[in-house]
Amino acid sequence: MALLTVQNLSLGYDNRTIVADLNFVVNQGDYLCIVGENGSGKSTLMKTLLHLQAPVGGTILTGDGLKKNEIGYLPQQTMVQKDFPASVREIVLSGCQARRGLRPFYSREDKELVEENLKRLHIEDLAKRCYRELSGGQQQRVLLARALCATRKVLLLDEPVSGLDPKVTAEMYEMITQLNREGITIIMITHDIAAAAAYASHILHIGSTVFYGTKKEYLASDLGKFFLKITEGGDAQ
Amino acid sequence: MIGEWFEKLSLYLRFAPVQHALIVGVLIALCAALLGVTLVLKRFSYIGDGLSHVAFGAMSIAAVLNLTHQMWLILPITILSAILLLRTGQNAKIKGDAAIAMISVGALAFGYLLMNIYNTSSNLTGDVCSTLFGSTSILTLRDSDVWLCVILSIIVVIIFILFYNKIFAVTFDEDFAKATGTRANAYNLLIAVVIAVIIVMAMNFVGSLLISALVIFPALSAMRLFRSFKSVTIFSAVLSVICALVGMLISILAGTPVGSTIVAVDAAAFVICFLTGAVKGGIRA
Repeated sequence: MALLTVQNLSLGYDNRTIVADLNFVVNQGDYLCIVGENGSGKSTLMKTLLHLQAPVGGTILTGDGLKKNEIGYLPQQTMVQKDFPASVREIVLSGCQARRGLRPFYSREDKELVEENLKRLHIEDLAKRCYRELSGGQQQRVLLARALCATRKVLLLDEPVSGLDPKVTAEMYEMITQLNREGITIIMITHDIAAAAAYASHILHIGSTVFYGTKKEYLASDLGKFFLKITEGGDAQ
Repeated sequence: MIGEWFEKLSLYLRFAPVQHALIVGVLIALCAALLGVTLVLKRFSYIGDGLSHVAFGAMSIAAVLNLTHQMWLILPITILSAILLLRTGQNAKIKGDAAIAMISVGALAFGYLLMNIYNTSSNLTGDVCSTLFGSTSILTLRDSDVWLCVILSIIVVIIFILFYNKIFAVTFDEDFAKATGTRANAYNLLIAVVIAVIIVMAMNFVGSLLISALVIFPALSAMRLFRSFKSVTIFSAVLSVICALVGMLISILAGTPVGSTIVAVDAAAFVICFLTGAVKGGIRA
Protein backbone atom coordinates (compact mmCIF):
# COMPACT_ATOMS: atom_id res chain seq x y z
CA MET A 1 0.00 0.00 0.00
CA ALA A 2 1.32 3.46 -0.91
CA LEU A 3 1.49 6.40 1.49
CA LEU A 4 -0.87 8.40 -0.68
CA THR A 5 -3.07 7.12 -3.47
CA VAL A 6 -4.92 9.74 -5.50
CA GLN A 7 -7.75 8.49 -7.68
CA ASN A 8 -9.73 10.48 -10.26
CA LEU A 9 -9.19 13.64 -8.26
CA SER A 10 -10.80 16.85 -9.54
CA LEU A 11 -9.81 20.18 -8.06
CA GLY A 12 -11.38 23.60 -8.06
CA TYR A 13 -13.24 26.34 -6.27
CA ASP A 14 -17.00 26.66 -5.82
CA ASN A 15 -17.59 23.56 -7.95
CA ARG A 16 -15.66 25.12 -10.85
CA THR A 17 -13.13 22.52 -11.88
CA ILE A 18 -9.55 23.58 -12.63
CA VAL A 19 -7.96 20.15 -12.97
CA ALA A 20 -9.85 16.93 -13.61
CA ASP A 21 -9.02 13.25 -13.22
CA LEU A 22 -5.65 13.27 -11.50
CA ASN A 23 -4.23 9.85 -10.72
CA PHE A 24 -0.95 9.28 -8.94
CA VAL A 25 0.61 7.42 -6.04
CA VAL A 26 3.30 8.46 -3.56
CA ASN A 27 5.39 5.68 -2.02
CA GLN A 28 7.62 5.76 1.03
CA GLY A 29 10.92 7.42 0.08
CA ASP A 30 9.67 9.08 -3.13
CA TYR A 31 10.67 12.62 -4.13
CA LEU A 32 7.72 13.90 -6.12
CA CYS A 33 7.85 17.28 -7.83
CA ILE A 34 4.60 18.89 -8.90
CA VAL A 35 5.23 21.26 -11.79
CA GLY A 36 3.00 23.34 -14.02
CA GLU A 37 2.30 26.87 -15.16
CA ASN A 38 0.94 29.57 -12.84
CA GLY A 39 -2.76 29.07 -12.26
CA SER A 40 -2.64 25.40 -13.29
CA GLY A 41 -3.86 24.32 -9.86
CA LYS A 42 -0.62 23.37 -8.09
CA SER A 43 -1.45 25.20 -4.89
CA THR A 44 -5.04 23.96 -4.99
CA LEU A 45 -3.74 20.42 -5.23
CA MET A 46 -1.49 21.04 -2.23
CA LYS A 47 -4.37 22.42 -0.17
CA THR A 48 -6.53 19.47 -1.12
CA LEU A 49 -3.82 16.98 -0.14
CA LEU A 50 -3.60 18.75 3.24
CA HIS A 51 -7.38 18.59 3.70
CA LEU A 52 -7.59 22.39 3.82
CA GLN A 53 -10.01 22.26 0.93
CA ALA A 54 -12.50 19.64 -0.21
CA PRO A 55 -11.94 18.07 -3.65
CA VAL A 56 -14.61 18.60 -6.32
CA GLY A 57 -14.47 14.87 -7.01
CA GLY A 58 -12.34 11.76 -6.53
CA THR A 59 -10.54 10.36 -3.49
CA ILE A 60 -7.27 10.65 -1.61
CA LEU A 61 -6.37 7.47 0.26
CA THR A 62 -3.66 7.32 2.89
CA GLY A 63 -1.89 4.06 3.65
CA ASP A 64 1.18 2.54 5.31
CA GLY A 65 -0.06 3.75 8.68
CA LEU A 66 0.06 7.42 7.61
CA LYS A 67 -2.42 9.40 9.66
CA LYS A 68 -4.15 12.50 8.38
CA ASN A 69 -2.16 14.81 10.64
CA GLU A 70 1.23 13.25 9.96
CA ILE A 71 1.99 15.35 6.91
CA GLY A 72 4.54 18.10 7.54
CA TYR A 73 3.90 21.26 5.56
CA LEU A 74 6.21 24.05 4.48
CA PRO A 75 3.85 26.82 3.37
CA GLN A 76 4.68 29.96 1.46
CA GLN A 77 5.28 32.86 3.80
CA THR A 78 2.25 34.94 4.69
CA MET A 79 2.02 38.66 5.37
CA VAL A 80 1.20 37.98 9.02
CA GLN A 81 4.52 36.22 9.57
CA LYS A 82 6.70 38.99 8.17
CA ASP A 83 6.46 41.09 11.35
CA PHE A 84 5.45 38.42 13.86
CA PRO A 85 7.24 38.71 17.20
CA ALA A 86 8.22 35.13 17.96
CA SER A 87 11.45 33.34 18.75
CA VAL A 88 12.69 30.52 16.55
CA ARG A 89 12.19 27.99 19.35
CA GLU A 90 8.56 29.05 19.89
CA ILE A 91 7.82 28.56 16.19
CA VAL A 92 9.53 25.19 15.87
CA LEU A 93 7.78 24.00 19.04
CA SER A 94 4.41 24.86 17.52
CA GLY A 95 5.07 22.04 15.03
CA CYS A 96 4.40 19.61 17.90
CA GLN A 97 1.03 21.23 18.62
CA ALA A 98 -1.26 18.90 16.71
CA ARG A 99 -0.02 15.81 18.53
CA ARG A 100 -0.82 17.40 21.90
CA GLY A 101 -4.56 17.10 21.29
CA LEU A 102 -6.32 18.85 24.14
CA ARG A 103 -3.37 18.67 26.52
CA PRO A 104 -2.33 22.28 27.14
CA PHE A 105 1.46 22.19 27.50
CA TYR A 106 4.42 20.70 25.64
CA SER A 107 6.18 17.66 27.06
CA ARG A 108 9.89 17.07 27.56
CA GLU A 109 9.90 14.78 24.49
CA ASP A 110 8.46 17.59 22.39
CA LYS A 111 11.22 19.93 23.51
CA GLU A 112 13.90 17.32 22.80
CA LEU A 113 12.44 16.79 19.33
CA VAL A 114 12.72 20.53 18.75
CA GLU A 115 16.41 20.60 19.73
CA GLU A 116 17.05 17.57 17.52
CA ASN A 117 15.46 19.20 14.48
CA LEU A 118 17.20 22.53 15.09
CA LYS A 119 20.52 20.64 15.02
CA ARG A 120 19.47 18.65 11.98
CA LEU A 121 18.98 21.88 10.00
CA HIS A 122 22.03 23.60 11.54
CA ILE A 123 20.06 26.42 13.13
CA GLU A 124 20.53 25.56 16.83
CA ASP A 125 22.40 28.84 17.37
CA LEU A 126 19.36 30.77 16.10
CA ALA A 127 16.97 29.25 18.70
CA LYS A 128 16.56 32.44 20.71
CA ARG A 129 16.58 34.84 17.78
CA CYS A 130 13.48 36.67 16.60
CA TYR A 131 11.98 35.12 13.49
CA ARG A 132 11.27 38.40 11.69
CA GLU A 133 14.94 39.45 11.91
CA LEU A 134 16.25 36.38 10.08
CA SER A 135 17.21 36.17 6.41
CA GLY A 136 14.84 34.50 3.96
CA GLY A 137 16.90 31.30 3.87
CA GLN A 138 17.08 31.09 7.66
CA GLN A 139 13.31 31.62 7.92
CA GLN A 140 12.72 28.74 5.50
CA ARG A 141 14.92 26.50 7.63
CA VAL A 142 12.95 27.43 10.73
CA LEU A 143 9.67 26.54 9.02
CA LEU A 144 11.25 23.33 7.73
CA ALA A 145 12.30 22.42 11.28
CA ARG A 146 8.72 23.07 12.42
CA ALA A 147 7.40 20.80 9.65
CA LEU A 148 9.83 18.07 10.75
CA CYS A 149 8.40 18.29 14.26
CA ALA A 150 4.98 17.54 12.81
CA THR A 151 6.03 14.51 10.77
CA ARG A 152 8.51 11.69 10.47
CA LYS A 153 7.19 10.55 7.14
CA VAL A 154 5.98 13.05 4.56
CA LEU A 155 6.87 16.68 3.84
CA LEU A 156 4.84 18.88 1.52
CA LEU A 157 6.82 21.88 0.32
CA ASP A 158 5.13 24.78 -1.43
CA GLU A 159 7.66 26.69 -3.58
CA PRO A 160 10.39 26.33 -0.93
CA VAL A 161 12.94 28.48 -2.75
CA SER A 162 10.83 31.41 -3.95
CA GLY A 163 12.56 34.68 -3.12
CA LEU A 164 15.88 33.06 -2.16
CA ASP A 165 19.18 33.92 -3.85
CA PRO A 166 20.94 31.26 -5.99
CA LYS A 167 23.42 30.19 -3.31
CA VAL A 168 20.77 29.77 -0.62
CA THR A 169 18.49 28.08 -3.15
CA ALA A 170 21.17 25.47 -3.85
CA GLU A 171 21.66 24.91 -0.09
CA MET A 172 17.91 24.52 0.40
CA TYR A 173 17.66 21.91 -2.37
CA GLU A 174 20.67 20.11 -0.91
CA MET A 175 19.01 20.03 2.50
CA ILE A 176 15.74 18.68 1.10
CA THR A 177 17.63 15.97 -0.81
CA GLN A 178 19.47 15.06 2.39
CA LEU A 179 16.15 14.70 4.26
CA ASN A 180 14.86 12.52 1.43
CA ARG A 181 17.94 10.28 1.74
CA GLU A 182 17.20 9.95 5.45
CA GLY A 183 13.87 8.38 4.49
CA ILE A 184 11.43 11.26 4.46
CA THR A 185 9.05 11.31 1.54
CA ILE A 186 9.06 14.65 -0.25
CA ILE A 187 6.26 16.24 -2.24
CA MET A 188 7.38 19.59 -3.64
CA ILE A 189 5.53 22.19 -5.65
CA THR A 190 7.86 24.19 -7.85
CA HIS A 191 7.91 26.05 -11.12
CA ASP A 192 11.64 25.42 -11.36
CA ILE A 193 11.49 22.55 -13.86
CA ALA A 194 15.28 22.33 -14.05
CA ALA A 195 15.44 21.66 -10.30
CA ALA A 196 12.68 19.09 -10.59
CA ALA A 197 14.65 17.35 -13.33
CA ALA A 198 17.77 17.41 -11.17
CA TYR A 199 16.40 16.20 -7.83
CA ALA A 200 13.02 14.44 -8.17
CA SER A 201 12.35 10.73 -8.45
CA HIS A 202 8.84 11.28 -9.84
CA ILE A 203 7.21 14.20 -11.61
CA LEU A 204 3.59 15.27 -11.80
CA HIS A 205 2.99 17.91 -14.45
CA ILE A 206 -0.42 19.53 -14.32
CA GLY A 207 -1.96 22.03 -16.71
CA SER A 208 -3.58 21.68 -20.11
CA THR A 209 -1.85 18.30 -20.40
CA VAL A 210 -1.28 16.09 -17.38
CA PHE A 211 1.72 13.81 -16.95
CA TYR A 212 2.66 11.53 -14.09
CA GLY A 213 5.63 9.21 -14.03
CA THR A 214 9.25 8.79 -13.02
CA LYS A 215 11.74 11.49 -13.83
CA LYS A 216 13.22 9.32 -16.61
CA GLU A 217 9.85 8.91 -18.27
CA TYR A 218 9.20 12.64 -17.98
CA LEU A 219 12.52 13.63 -19.54
CA ALA A 220 11.86 11.22 -22.39
CA SER A 221 8.32 12.51 -23.01
CA ASP A 222 7.51 15.27 -25.46
CA LEU A 223 6.00 17.38 -22.69
CA GLY A 224 9.16 17.14 -20.59
CA LYS A 225 11.47 17.91 -23.48
CA PHE A 226 9.35 20.90 -24.46
CA PHE A 227 9.29 22.46 -21.01
CA LEU A 228 12.94 21.85 -20.22
CA LYS A 229 13.79 23.55 -23.49
CA ILE A 230 11.67 26.61 -22.64
CA THR A 231 13.27 26.91 -19.21
CA GLU A 232 16.76 26.66 -20.59
CA GLY A 233 15.85 29.22 -23.27
CA GLY A 234 14.50 31.48 -20.53
CA ASP A 235 17.68 31.15 -18.48
CA ALA A 236 19.87 31.98 -21.45
CA GLN A 237 18.22 35.34 -22.02
CA MET B 1 1.17 69.77 46.93
CA ILE B 2 2.26 66.13 46.66
CA GLY B 3 1.34 65.58 50.31
CA GLU B 4 -2.07 66.96 49.54
CA TRP B 5 -2.52 64.55 46.62
CA PHE B 6 -1.38 61.67 48.74
CA GLU B 7 -3.86 62.56 51.46
CA LYS B 8 -6.68 62.86 48.95
CA LEU B 9 -5.73 59.54 47.40
CA SER B 10 -5.55 57.63 50.68
CA LEU B 11 -8.90 59.09 51.63
CA TYR B 12 -10.48 57.87 48.40
CA LEU B 13 -8.81 54.47 48.56
CA ARG B 14 -10.63 53.74 51.82
CA PHE B 15 -13.97 53.80 49.99
CA ALA B 16 -15.28 50.40 48.89
CA PRO B 17 -16.57 51.71 45.52
CA VAL B 18 -13.12 53.05 44.66
CA GLN B 19 -11.52 49.76 45.64
CA HIS B 20 -14.04 47.89 43.48
CA ALA B 21 -13.36 50.20 40.58
CA LEU B 22 -9.62 49.57 40.85
CA ILE B 23 -10.07 45.79 40.97
CA VAL B 24 -12.43 45.75 38.01
CA GLY B 25 -10.23 48.13 36.03
CA VAL B 26 -7.09 46.07 36.56
CA LEU B 27 -8.78 42.80 35.66
CA ILE B 28 -10.31 44.20 32.48
CA ALA B 29 -7.03 45.76 31.42
CA LEU B 30 -5.26 42.44 32.01
CA CYS B 31 -7.75 40.38 29.96
CA ALA B 32 -7.89 42.91 27.13
CA ALA B 33 -4.10 42.99 26.81
CA LEU B 34 -3.74 39.18 26.83
CA LEU B 35 -6.09 38.72 23.91
CA GLY B 36 -4.97 41.96 22.26
CA VAL B 37 -1.65 40.50 21.12
CA THR B 38 -3.44 37.76 19.20
CA LEU B 39 -6.01 40.11 17.69
CA VAL B 40 -3.39 42.58 16.49
CA LEU B 41 -1.25 39.83 14.97
CA LYS B 42 -4.21 38.13 13.30
CA ARG B 43 -5.15 41.51 11.77
CA PHE B 44 -8.38 41.46 13.76
CA SER B 45 -7.82 44.75 15.62
CA TYR B 46 -11.02 46.15 14.24
CA ILE B 47 -13.16 43.30 15.51
CA GLY B 48 -12.95 44.83 18.99
CA ASP B 49 -14.30 48.09 17.68
CA GLY B 50 -17.11 46.41 15.78
CA LEU B 51 -18.15 44.26 18.71
CA SER B 52 -18.17 47.16 21.13
CA HIS B 53 -20.68 48.93 18.92
CA VAL B 54 -22.78 45.79 18.80
CA ALA B 55 -22.65 45.72 22.59
CA PHE B 56 -23.84 49.34 22.60
CA GLY B 57 -26.79 48.40 20.37
CA ALA B 58 -27.62 45.46 22.63
CA MET B 59 -27.42 47.69 25.67
CA SER B 60 -29.95 50.11 24.23
CA ILE B 61 -32.32 47.23 23.53
CA ALA B 62 -31.88 46.10 27.14
CA ALA B 63 -32.51 49.64 28.33
CA VAL B 64 -35.68 49.96 26.25
CA LEU B 65 -36.95 46.62 27.54
CA ASN B 66 -36.18 47.89 31.03
CA LEU B 67 -34.23 44.78 32.00
CA THR B 68 -32.66 44.73 35.44
CA HIS B 69 -29.86 42.37 34.44
CA GLN B 70 -28.79 43.87 31.13
CA MET B 71 -25.74 41.56 30.94
CA TRP B 72 -27.90 38.53 30.13
CA LEU B 73 -29.00 40.18 26.90
CA ILE B 74 -25.81 42.02 25.97
CA LEU B 75 -23.46 39.07 26.41
CA PRO B 76 -25.23 36.56 24.12
CA ILE B 77 -25.85 39.13 21.37
CA THR B 78 -22.19 40.22 21.37
CA ILE B 79 -20.90 36.63 21.38
CA LEU B 80 -23.21 35.77 18.49
CA SER B 81 -21.93 38.74 16.48
CA ALA B 82 -18.34 37.75 17.21
CA ILE B 83 -18.98 34.30 15.79
CA LEU B 84 -20.77 35.78 12.76
CA LEU B 85 -17.95 38.23 12.04
CA LEU B 86 -15.39 35.45 12.21
CA ARG B 87 -17.39 33.29 9.81
CA THR B 88 -17.69 36.08 7.24
CA GLY B 89 -13.96 36.60 7.51
CA GLN B 90 -13.51 33.04 6.33
CA ASN B 91 -15.85 32.64 3.38
CA ALA B 92 -15.31 36.15 2.11
CA LYS B 93 -18.59 36.72 0.24
CA ILE B 94 -18.60 40.05 2.04
CA LYS B 95 -15.01 40.86 2.95
CA GLY B 96 -14.12 40.73 6.64
CA ASP B 97 -13.32 44.42 7.13
CA ALA B 98 -16.44 45.54 5.25
CA ALA B 99 -18.59 43.18 7.30
CA ILE B 100 -17.16 44.57 10.53
CA ALA B 101 -17.72 48.16 9.40
CA MET B 102 -21.27 47.34 8.35
CA ILE B 103 -22.30 45.61 11.57
CA SER B 104 -20.49 48.17 13.68
CA VAL B 105 -22.09 51.35 12.32
CA GLY B 106 -25.40 49.57 11.89
CA ALA B 107 -25.51 48.62 15.56
CA LEU B 108 -24.39 52.08 16.64
CA ALA B 109 -27.12 53.82 14.63
CA PHE B 110 -29.76 51.29 15.66
CA GLY B 111 -28.83 51.66 19.32
CA TYR B 112 -29.01 55.45 19.29
CA LEU B 113 -32.28 55.37 17.34
CA LEU B 114 -33.88 53.03 19.89
CA MET B 115 -32.72 55.14 22.79
CA ASN B 116 -34.16 58.23 21.11
CA ILE B 117 -37.55 56.77 20.24
CA TYR B 118 -38.18 55.09 23.58
CA ASN B 119 -36.70 57.86 25.61
CA THR B 120 -37.35 57.23 29.28
CA SER B 121 -34.54 59.26 30.77
CA SER B 122 -34.54 63.04 31.08
CA ASN B 123 -30.87 63.26 30.17
CA LEU B 124 -30.56 61.29 26.93
CA THR B 125 -27.40 62.96 25.62
CA GLY B 126 -25.68 62.34 28.94
CA ASP B 127 -26.73 58.67 28.92
CA VAL B 128 -25.50 58.08 25.38
CA CYS B 129 -22.29 59.96 26.03
CA SER B 130 -21.49 57.89 29.09
CA THR B 131 -22.20 54.62 27.26
CA LEU B 132 -19.89 55.64 24.43
CA PHE B 133 -17.05 57.16 26.40
CA GLY B 134 -17.43 55.55 29.79
CA SER B 135 -18.21 57.64 32.80
CA THR B 136 -17.80 58.10 36.49
CA SER B 137 -20.35 55.30 36.73
CA ILE B 138 -17.43 53.02 37.46
CA LEU B 139 -17.75 54.26 41.03
CA THR B 140 -21.39 53.22 41.16
CA LEU B 141 -20.78 49.60 40.15
CA ARG B 142 -23.14 47.21 41.86
CA ASP B 143 -21.69 44.34 43.87
CA SER B 144 -23.17 41.83 41.44
CA ASP B 145 -21.40 43.58 38.53
CA VAL B 146 -18.11 43.46 40.38
CA TRP B 147 -18.48 39.75 41.13
CA LEU B 148 -19.50 38.94 37.57
CA CYS B 149 -16.46 40.82 36.31
CA VAL B 150 -14.09 39.06 38.71
CA ILE B 151 -15.42 35.61 37.82
CA LEU B 152 -15.36 36.25 34.06
CA SER B 153 -11.82 37.64 34.24
CA ILE B 154 -10.57 34.60 36.12
CA ILE B 155 -12.18 32.34 33.53
CA VAL B 156 -10.61 34.36 30.69
CA VAL B 157 -7.13 34.19 32.25
CA ILE B 158 -7.40 30.44 32.89
CA ILE B 159 -8.60 29.80 29.33
CA PHE B 160 -5.75 31.92 28.01
CA ILE B 161 -3.11 30.01 29.98
CA LEU B 162 -4.51 26.58 29.12
CA PHE B 163 -4.81 27.39 25.42
CA TYR B 164 -1.72 29.61 25.15
CA ASN B 165 0.22 27.19 22.94
CA LYS B 166 -2.77 26.54 20.70
CA ILE B 167 -3.52 30.25 20.39
CA PHE B 168 0.10 30.80 19.35
CA ALA B 169 -0.04 28.02 16.74
CA VAL B 170 -3.31 29.30 15.26
CA THR B 171 -2.13 32.92 15.29
CA PHE B 172 1.23 32.30 13.68
CA ASP B 173 0.10 29.99 10.91
CA GLU B 174 -3.51 28.90 10.66
CA ASP B 175 -3.02 26.79 7.54
CA PHE B 176 -0.13 24.84 9.02
CA ALA B 177 -2.09 24.25 12.21
CA LYS B 178 -5.10 23.01 10.26
CA ALA B 179 -3.02 20.85 7.93
CA THR B 180 -1.31 19.07 10.80
CA GLY B 181 -4.60 18.39 12.55
CA THR B 182 -5.07 21.23 15.05
CA ARG B 183 -8.73 22.22 15.20
CA ALA B 184 -8.03 25.80 14.19
CA ASN B 185 -11.66 26.74 13.59
CA ALA B 186 -12.63 25.70 17.10
CA TYR B 187 -9.83 27.81 18.59
CA ASN B 188 -10.74 30.79 16.41
CA LEU B 189 -14.26 30.45 17.76
CA LEU B 190 -12.93 30.33 21.30
CA ILE B 191 -10.91 33.51 20.69
CA ALA B 192 -14.00 35.26 19.31
CA VAL B 193 -16.15 34.27 22.29
CA VAL B 194 -13.51 35.34 24.80
CA ILE B 195 -13.00 38.69 23.11
CA ALA B 196 -16.77 39.27 23.13
CA VAL B 197 -16.84 38.60 26.87
CA ILE B 198 -13.96 41.02 27.48
CA ILE B 199 -15.65 43.74 25.45
CA VAL B 200 -18.92 43.46 27.32
CA MET B 201 -17.04 43.65 30.61
CA ALA B 202 -15.04 46.65 29.47
CA MET B 203 -18.04 48.58 28.20
CA ASN B 204 -19.11 49.90 31.59
CA PHE B 205 -15.57 50.81 32.27
CA VAL B 206 -14.10 52.77 29.37
CA GLY B 207 -17.21 53.05 27.21
CA SER B 208 -17.82 51.30 23.93
CA LEU B 209 -15.89 53.72 21.70
CA LEU B 210 -12.65 53.40 23.65
CA ILE B 211 -12.50 49.62 24.21
CA SER B 212 -10.32 49.01 21.15
CA ALA B 213 -7.66 51.16 22.77
CA LEU B 214 -7.39 48.76 25.73
CA VAL B 215 -7.03 45.86 23.31
CA ILE B 216 -4.62 47.39 20.81
CA PHE B 217 -2.30 49.86 22.59
CA PRO B 218 -0.55 47.51 25.05
CA ALA B 219 0.06 44.89 22.34
CA LEU B 220 1.50 47.43 19.91
CA SER B 221 3.67 48.96 22.64
CA ALA B 222 5.06 45.54 23.61
CA MET B 223 5.77 44.66 19.98
CA ARG B 224 8.02 47.71 19.70
CA LEU B 225 10.27 46.39 22.45
CA PHE B 226 10.12 42.59 22.60
CA ARG B 227 10.92 39.85 20.16
CA SER B 228 9.27 36.66 21.35
CA PHE B 229 5.58 35.91 21.64
CA LYS B 230 5.81 35.07 25.33
CA SER B 231 7.66 38.25 26.29
CA VAL B 232 5.32 40.39 24.16
CA THR B 233 2.29 38.83 25.86
CA ILE B 234 3.67 39.21 29.38
CA PHE B 235 4.88 42.76 28.85
CA SER B 236 1.63 43.91 27.28
CA ALA B 237 -0.33 42.47 30.23
CA VAL B 238 1.92 44.19 32.77
CA LEU B 239 1.92 47.47 30.86
CA SER B 240 -1.83 47.43 30.47
CA VAL B 241 -2.39 46.88 34.20
CA ILE B 242 0.03 49.69 35.10
CA CYS B 243 -1.57 52.08 32.61
CA ALA B 244 -5.05 51.26 33.91
CA LEU B 245 -3.97 51.87 37.51
CA VAL B 246 -2.18 55.13 36.70
CA GLY B 247 -5.12 56.27 34.57
CA MET B 248 -7.64 55.55 37.31
CA LEU B 249 -5.58 57.31 39.99
CA ILE B 250 -5.14 60.37 37.78
CA SER B 251 -8.85 60.43 37.03
CA ILE B 252 -9.66 60.29 40.76
CA LEU B 253 -7.23 63.08 41.60
CA ALA B 254 -7.92 65.34 38.65
CA GLY B 255 -11.60 64.52 38.30
CA THR B 256 -11.22 63.54 34.62
CA PRO B 257 -13.37 60.85 32.93
CA VAL B 258 -11.98 57.38 33.68
CA GLY B 259 -12.06 55.82 30.22
CA SER B 260 -10.42 58.58 28.26
CA THR B 261 -7.78 59.12 30.97
CA ILE B 262 -6.72 55.46 30.82
CA VAL B 263 -6.61 55.53 27.04
CA ALA B 264 -4.51 58.72 27.17
CA VAL B 265 -2.05 56.99 29.51
CA ASP B 266 -1.97 53.95 27.19
CA ALA B 267 -1.24 56.22 24.24
CA ALA B 268 1.55 57.97 26.15
CA ALA B 269 3.05 54.58 27.03
CA PHE B 270 2.93 53.62 23.36
CA VAL B 271 4.85 56.76 22.38
CA ILE B 272 7.50 55.98 25.01
CA CYS B 273 7.80 52.36 23.84
CA PHE B 274 7.92 53.45 20.20
CA LEU B 275 10.74 55.91 20.86
CA THR B 276 12.66 53.43 23.04
CA GLY B 277 12.28 50.80 20.34
CA ALA B 278 13.44 53.20 17.65
CA VAL B 279 16.51 54.22 19.67
CA LYS B 280 17.42 50.61 20.51
CA GLY B 281 16.83 49.48 16.93
CA GLY B 282 18.85 52.43 15.65
CA ILE B 283 21.82 51.52 17.81
CA ARG B 284 21.63 47.86 16.85
CA ALA B 285 21.39 48.62 13.15
